[in-house]
Amino acid sequence: MASSLIEVRDLWKIYQLGDVEVQALRAVSLDIAAAEFVAVMGSSGSGKSTFMNIVGCLDQPTRGTYRLNGVDVSTLSSDERATIRNHQIGFVFQNFNLIPRTSAIENVELPLFYSDVAINEQRQRARDALALVGLVGRENHLPNQLSGGQQQRVAIARALVNRPSLLLADEPTANVDVKNQQTILDLICGACRENNVSLLMVTHSLEVAGRFQRVEKLQDFNQPEAAP
Amino acid sequence: MTLVTIAAKSIRQRWLASSLTALSIALGVALMVAVLVINGVVTRMFSQNATGFDMILGAKGSSMQLVLNTIYFLDRPIENLPYTEYLKFKQKKWVAHAIPFALGDTTEDGKFRIVGTIAEYFDLEYIPGKKFVLQEGKFLTDSEDAVFHAVIGARVARAYGWKAGHQFPIAHGGNTADIHDEKFTVAGVLAPTGLPIDRAVFINYDGFYKISGHEKPLQEAEIEEKARRDKELMIPAVQPGTSGPAGEHKASGKETMSDKQKQVTAILVRVKGSDLERSALVYLMLPLINKGSVAQAVNPIFQIRKLLDDVVGNIRTMLLVMTVLIIIVSGVGIFVSIYNSMADRKREIAIMRALGARRRTVFSVIVAESILLCAGGGLLGLVLGHGLVFVAGPIVESRSDILIDPWFFERQELYILPALLVLAIIVGLVPGLTAYRADVAKGLSD
Repeated sequence: MASSLIEVRDLWKIYQLGDVEVQALRAVSLDIAAAEFVAVMGSSGSGKSTFMNIVGCLDQPTRGTYRLNGVDVSTLSSDERATIRNHQIGFVFQNFNLIPRTSAIENVELPLFYSDVAINEQRQRARDALALVGLVGRENHLPNQLSGGQQQRVAIARALVNRPSLLLADEPTANVDVKNQQTILDLICGACRENNVSLLMVTHSLEVAGRFQRVEKLQDFNQPEAAP
Repeated sequence: MTLVTIAAKSIRQRWLASSLTALSIALGVALMVAVLVINGVVTRMFSQNATGFDMILGAKGSSMQLVLNTIYFLDRPIENLPYTEYLKFKQKKWVAHAIPFALGDTTEDGKFRIVGTIAEYFDLEYIPGKKFVLQEGKFLTDSEDAVFHAVIGARVARAYGWKAGHQFPIAHGGNTADIHDEKFTVAGVLAPTGLPIDRAVFINYDGFYKISGHEKPLQEAEIEEKARRDKELMIPAVQPGTSGPAGEHKASGKETMSDKQKQVTAILVRVKGSDLERSALVYLMLPLINKGSVAQAVNPIFQIRKLLDDVVGNIRTMLLVMTVLIIIVSGVGIFVSIYNSMADRKREIAIMRALGARRRTVFSVIVAESILLCAGGGLLGLVLGHGLVFVAGPIVESRSDILIDPWFFERQELYILPALLVLAIIVGLVPGLTAYRADVAKGLSD
């Protein structure tokens, strides 16, 4: 298992809501190899978001370990996890999460700014990333001047611009019109395959899940005895 | 992207709130600039170098009023001294120069003061190291044909458009309904000094007492003189401008007048010796003169300093404190503006953090925003402030006789921007910490 990019062992996330203890994640264990594509499915409330947050280093587990590239992320500080996110993880959100009133190219430049890339190089790399997702000529458009599909493509460019080893996509086509859903999926999968990036995608759609080598149902994580 | 572009973007995102808060800083700074400039003007005006004289003598009364009368040409003139006092004083061994001032009258419209004085006044330095300079004409002389001559200050010349040769009457006791028949001729126009001198009209002392109604009735003068000699009574001489109809005016403009009938409002004295000797002498002589029953002597520098400390200084401090408070209030405004925006920006900050922004980076973005607002407001305020002084200067000048140079840059203004920087950091601290501590996962899901 040393070659695993992601190594999750007995992961628990427990929220305390007043007197009630909510177990969002219960003893989840999972491995994902480098460049592997995995779809995560599960009904709402099954802890998909919590799981993605922990894998994305946005949140920390209550118990258990999570290793990314061999590093135990669950023990790192907030800023150390920010650096990991910046260097190793790309995010594609359901609602795009572009910074409003900030042009497409500036949105894509942000992760590069956070890793102290020189301003000229930021511009060049962001331009290349936007070209990769087919947005040449739209560099200076603001998010509200772009369609849903185009916004998501900006988000994909932003997720990949700092050459991560893992791309986390949370229902990336949910807010994109049907016509563009296929393009978005092709873009994500194509870019990840080309750059040897592991892909972890949350989806409700069996059709989308069908494109993946592996499908993990989160419901199953909470019931270890039912796991294969 | 850079920190500044990110901060500028979020300012632009809330441009209305941002520009209003920056404007409030700007107004505060503008006010401060105005106060500093006025403070500078006032301080220079009331500095130790405000006069070239060591001692001023006048009738017993308010010493401050005497200084205001003679150095600033302000306030109502105090009572008069007999001219004989002046003659007596002039003879004293330690006196280098004694200049009589006769005050009380004004120009026809009551706007500028008439100062009756002697030619010697213009030979002396009006402030240490500065001698009178004419922009036109000539100074007063002692010659007989110069009796009704006048030398006018630069502002008087500017206000009336008077040139050498112009003739003008004067108003008795500042009463514009009581204009003397005698006319004075402008002999010379002084170059601007930036001092109250610019607002004065100097006429020949002898001319002043040739004006009918200025001389004291001989009988009255003689009685007073006698009484004074007997040292039984202490009657201050009657002011020339306000002298009543009591008694008969025996002398007319054409006749020679007895010295007993003439009066002086003040005697400006320069004593002999080096700087140190002069101050020592003044220090020793003041109590001696003040012990007498007729005259009071004041050290103008001491009075000016007192004026600065007691009155002007307090007002200045109050104004400065007020403007500092205004800037602090504006700072609170910036704080509120940024702090309120934090709720709307939770998601934005969470996105930044998700993309790899470290906590101190988002903190810096907020503080940079605060700095940009404060610095922008501050720069605008400096421009506005000098603009204000530029526009208001002439108005203040015409109404208060305080001279303001709008191009003057006060050294204290250099501290405004660094002070604003500190304010910006303090103001940005709390919202910055909110950003610093923001929960990324929660911010994204909200």
